[in-house]
This record gives sequence, structure tokens and C-alpha cells, in this order.
Amino acid sequence: MRHEKNISMKNGALVRLIDVHKVYHTGEMEVPAVRGVSLEIKRGEFVALMGASGSGKSTLMNILGCLDRPTSGHYLLDEADVSGLDRDQLADIRNRKIGFVFQNFNLLPRTSARENAELPLIYSAQRLSNTQLRERADRVLNSVGLGGREDHHPSQLSGGQQQRVAIARALINEPEMLLADEPTGNLDSRTSVEIMAIFQQLNERGITIVMVTHEQDIAAYARRNVIMRDGMILDDRAVSQRADATAQLKASLAAGALAKEATL
Amino acid sequence: MRIAPTFNVAYRALRRNKMRSVLTALGIIIGVGAVIAMVGIGNGAKAQVEAQIASLGQNVILIFSGSTTSSGIRTGWGGAGTLKIEDAEAIRREVPGVIGVSEEVVSTTQVAAGNQNWFTRIFGESADYFDIRQWPLADGAPFTPQDVRSANKVCVIGRTTATQIYGNENPIGQILRIKNVPFTITGVLTPKGLSPQGVDQDDIVVMPYTSAMKRVIGGTTLRNINVQIGDARQVEAAQQQIMSLLRQRHNIRAGRDDDFTVRTQQEIAEAATATSRVMTVLLGAIAGVSLLVGGIGIMNIMLVSVTERTREIGVRMAVGAHGNDILTQFLIEAVTLSSIGGVIGIICGIAASRVLSIYAHWPTLISISSIAIAFLFSAAVGIFFGFYPARKAAALDPIEALRYE
Repeated sequence: MRHEKNISMKNGALVRLIDVHKVYHTGEMEVPAVRGVSLEIKRGEFVALMGASGSGKSTLMNILGCLDRPTSGHYLLDEADVSGLDRDQLADIRNRKIGFVFQNFNLLPRTSARENAELPLIYSAQRLSNTQLRERADRVLNSVGLGGREDHHPSQLSGGQQQRVAIARALINEPEMLLADEPTGNLDSRTSVEIMAIFQQLNERGITIVMVTHEQDIAAYARRNVIMRDGMILDDRAVSQRADATAQLKASLAAGALAKEATL
Repeated sequence: MRIAPTFNVAYRALRRNKMRSVLTALGIIIGVGAVIAMVGIGNGAKAQVEAQIASLGQNVILIFSGSTTSSGIRTGWGGAGTLKIEDAEAIRREVPGVIGVSEEVVSTTQVAAGNQNWFTRIFGESADYFDIRQWPLADGAPFTPQDVRSANKVCVIGRTTATQIYGNENPIGQILRIKNVPFTITGVLTPKGLSPQGVDQDDIVVMPYTSAMKRVIGGTTLRNINVQIGDARQVEAAQQQIMSLLRQRHNIRAGRDDDFTVRTQQEIAEAATATSRVMTVLLGAIAGVSLLVGGIGIMNIMLVSVTERTREIGVRMAVGAHGNDILTQFLIEAVTLSSIGGVIGIICGIAASRVLSIYAHWPTLISISSIAIAFLFSAAVGIFFGFYPARKAAALDPIEALRYE
């Protein structure tokens, strides 16, 4: 164990799961959701976590996101064991190290994009003035292509734009890891590609991304696919032919322009 | 730790649901407003009674003639005729601290002047009477100790009597016939209004008690004696001394009942204000019930709000909010609602009691302490009724909350 830990420190693993189990108790029944998962994710990886519903990928995601604790086993995040921390300590870890992107965006209704993006900073240990909050929110909104829409409410934004606000919110505290749970599940295919383009750009800049998806073509944008079944890892492989979202967008733009010319 | 931003969050949340916030606060506004107005009315009534008691004079001891039983018929206080003029003189002479004594006889009779007549009350008093009752003259002069000694045919009349007999004419120097005896009016008393019993105190003729006993009422005994003590701390001792002096003068053996009654103004005031105090408590309690209902309204809305915002709570927790942050947020929302409602309620309550005193002529009295208590109470209502929903929100599991539909 000690030997392994030393290795992990040397090779800079951000996430290390060591024989993680999660058992839910429903009444007198014991339902195992994760049954012995060991996984290592290095800094700068882009992992797609796949599997059918009931495969345990959501539970694993909750554990990775420090929303849930493993029943047994260890979770080392950034070389610190977080499997035994209490509620408030986990909340602080989530605030500092993890950014969440959800399938249904989970933005606060009737609240501007800026205020939504600021949310993690409110609960951050660092004290920022209102102007600083605003500046950081505007900067991060601008970086996901929402400059000029800072004052829009979620109801005034398209699905893709709402997901960008959610990404801005996830990025504002400069987390170690972005956790995305079916980020394209509620989006059409074109907007999905746009979101994947943002993810790939963020990943190029060194941000570690773990994304749960059940769509093969979305998983193709990641660098590595981890496939789960029955609470265990079935397959863990590098993506051989990686899809490039930015290039696809450019190509479809060009095709659109061509089609336009043809009709003229 | 993170109170300031949490305040902001709570404030934004309230603003997002303006109509609901206003309606919820309305419950508290009505509750606090009702408490302020009701307690104001109760206190006003109490203050009025106290002012009326104070109009009896400062540090006054009243000695009433006792009751007597004659052929099985009891006469009631003042009926026995046990108080003599000499008793009053003995009190004036022997009880320390006495600064004024007025022998009092009372009757009602018809008075007339010119072609007008009026049925009024005749008070026979000493010249000290006006000082004892702190009842200055509006016009003219009171009768003098010399008038009392000589039983002169002079009198002072109250405002009501003056108006009824003389209308707008100046009554001073005029002749008033009382039981066909002509009395010269030397002065008119300042209006005093109604007594605690609802009697018009200005419907009165005051004359020397000697004149009243000799020329109007007849008889040789006093109905009561009014005694004024200079120092409030001596009142109780003086009361004791008067009692023992009168027992001695009336030859009452130990173990036998007094043939007189001694009451201090304090005792009378306590009896009279007890009623209005009960009224204040009752009114306040009824209004308090509406404040309680307002508080339940807050709890109800906060519970709805927690359920409705379960996902929001989940998101906040996911991005790093502690349970305590959520608890504080919802508590601040509840307390903000209740204290804003409290402030508006105080303003409404003050306005309502002003309106009541202007249009219904009810005396109202709003004290700083009742405002402070109402405000603190409304804030406390917010904490009390906000705590349960807030704790419910803080105890949510982030995963469940995020998944909530």
C-alpha cells in the first residue's frame, strides 16, 4: 500500500480509488452498488465513465464528487484520504477541488447568469468583495462564450447556454477536477458538440475531466473510457480514434456555408 | 463565518418571490400592528384612569363616616354620621405631616338664578379643598378661611353649572339661589372632566362646609374628611395615626370594628387601574394570538419554500455550502420576513391607534417599551417558526436533493 502511494505521488495521480465498495441499506436488504473498484486518474486526463443504468457509475460519480462516502475502501483525492471526512469537510473539498456539471444544468431560477456563476465563491473560504465576485464571474462567463449575457436569467437562455453557465459555475473556483454527469443528456446533437468542444479546450488547458455518459459518440471525445457493469469496472481503455469537437464544428460551419452558396 | 454573503443570498431569495414574501409578512404586520394598537388602547385607558385618580390630589387620605344599622337597615358608608367637625380639627392638630384638611358634606339640590335653574351637586368644603384636589380656579377667587369661619353665603361653581345657569355670561359676582338662600359666586373652577365613575366633575357648586351645614343641608356630621399629606413617604404612617386617633376619639374599644373607613389615594388608584390592566392584558393576548397565526404563516411558507427549493439546496451543498450555511440562509429569510413585517406592523399599529384616538376619541398610549417588545417578539417569532424548516433544509442529503423532482 505504502509502495503504491509513493508511486501515485511520483506520477501525480489526482484520483486514487482503492477497492471501493458502496452498499445501500433499503430496509433489511443490502444493495451493493459499487463492488470493489480500484481506479487511478492522473492530472490532465479526460475520462468518460460509461455503463448501463444500475451499473454503479452514478454511485461512483457521487463518491468521486465527495457527495457520498464509500462503505469501505479508500479514496485519495490529490493525495489526501477523503473517505473518512465528515459532511462539512467534504463540502469544503467540493468547494475547493471539484466543479460539478449536471444533466439538467441545476441553475438557480430567476437568478442571473452572473449570480449563478458566483455561487461557489459565496461558500469559499477566501473572502472576496462584491466587485471581485463580479469580475471573476464575468471573466469565467466570457471564457465559455457568454460575454454580454451576464444579466440573463436561465429562462432567457437556450439549453446550451444554460449548460455553459453551469460550466462557468463549475470553473469559477479553479477546481482540480470537473465532474460532469450526463452533460449532454438534455441537449441536441449540435449543442452537445459545442459543449464537448468547451470540455476539450478546458482539458487542453490542463483541467482534469470525469464525465458520466451512456452515449458512445460522446464518450469518443474523451481520452479514456472506463466501462462499468454490476458495480465493477468491466473495461478501461484509451480512446484510439478521438473525436475533435472543434474541428467538427468548423466542418459543419463550412458545410453550412457551402449549402447556402448552392441554394443561391 | 459567512454571514454577510448569506444575508445577500436570503435577500435575493425573498426578492425572487415578492408577492409571497409580502403576503407572509402581512401576517406579522397584522399581528404586530394589532398588538401595538391594542396595548396602546389598554395603556391609554389605564393612563386616563390614573390621571383621573391623580385629579383627586397628591398623597390624599380619605376618611369616610362609617355605616350604621338602624332597625335592621344599614346606611352604607357616610350614613352613620360618626365624623364630627372636631375630628377634622384633631387631625389637623395632631397628625404629623398633614398640610391640608377639608371637611366635606355633600348634597344634591336645585339651584336657580334669574329664570334659569339646574339640579346639581353641593359640596361643602374647607378652603384647603382646592389645594388638596389640585383644582385651580379658571376665573375669580376661591372662598377664604374667613368665609368658612363666618359661614358666609359665597360659593364657587364648576364649568357645567356655570354654562347651564348663565350661558355665556360671566357668573362671577352674580347671585345664585340655593334652597332660596342667595349665594354670591366668587369664582369658576377649571374644567376637570369625568370622574373614574363617569360623573361630570364640573357639575358642582362648592361652598364653605359651614355654610352648607347651616344654610343648605342641615345636620352636624361630616360625610368624609379629605386629608393631604406633604410627603408621600408619610402617607402610610399618617393613615395609621388617623385610625388610632379616631378610634380613641370615638371611644372604640379594642376588638370592635371602626365606625369609619380610611382609604389612601394609592388604594383607590390600585383598585381602579386593576380593571384597565386586565383589559390591557386581554387585548394584548388576543392580538398576540394573531401574531402567533402570523408566525405559523411564516413556518408554512418556509416549509413550502424548502420543498420547492430542494434542488437549489442540493446545488448549494454540491458547490460547498455547509449545513449551517443553509440553516442560516433560511433562518435569515424567516427573520427578515418577520422583522420587516414587525417594523411595518409597528408603523401600522401606531397609525391605527392615532386614527382611533382622533376619530373614536379613545385615549391611546404607545410606549417605547411596547414598540421594542413588539419588534423583538416579531424577530423571535421568525427564529422560532423559521428554525424547523431551516433545520429540515440543512439536514437534506445533497445527492437526494439534487435528484429531487
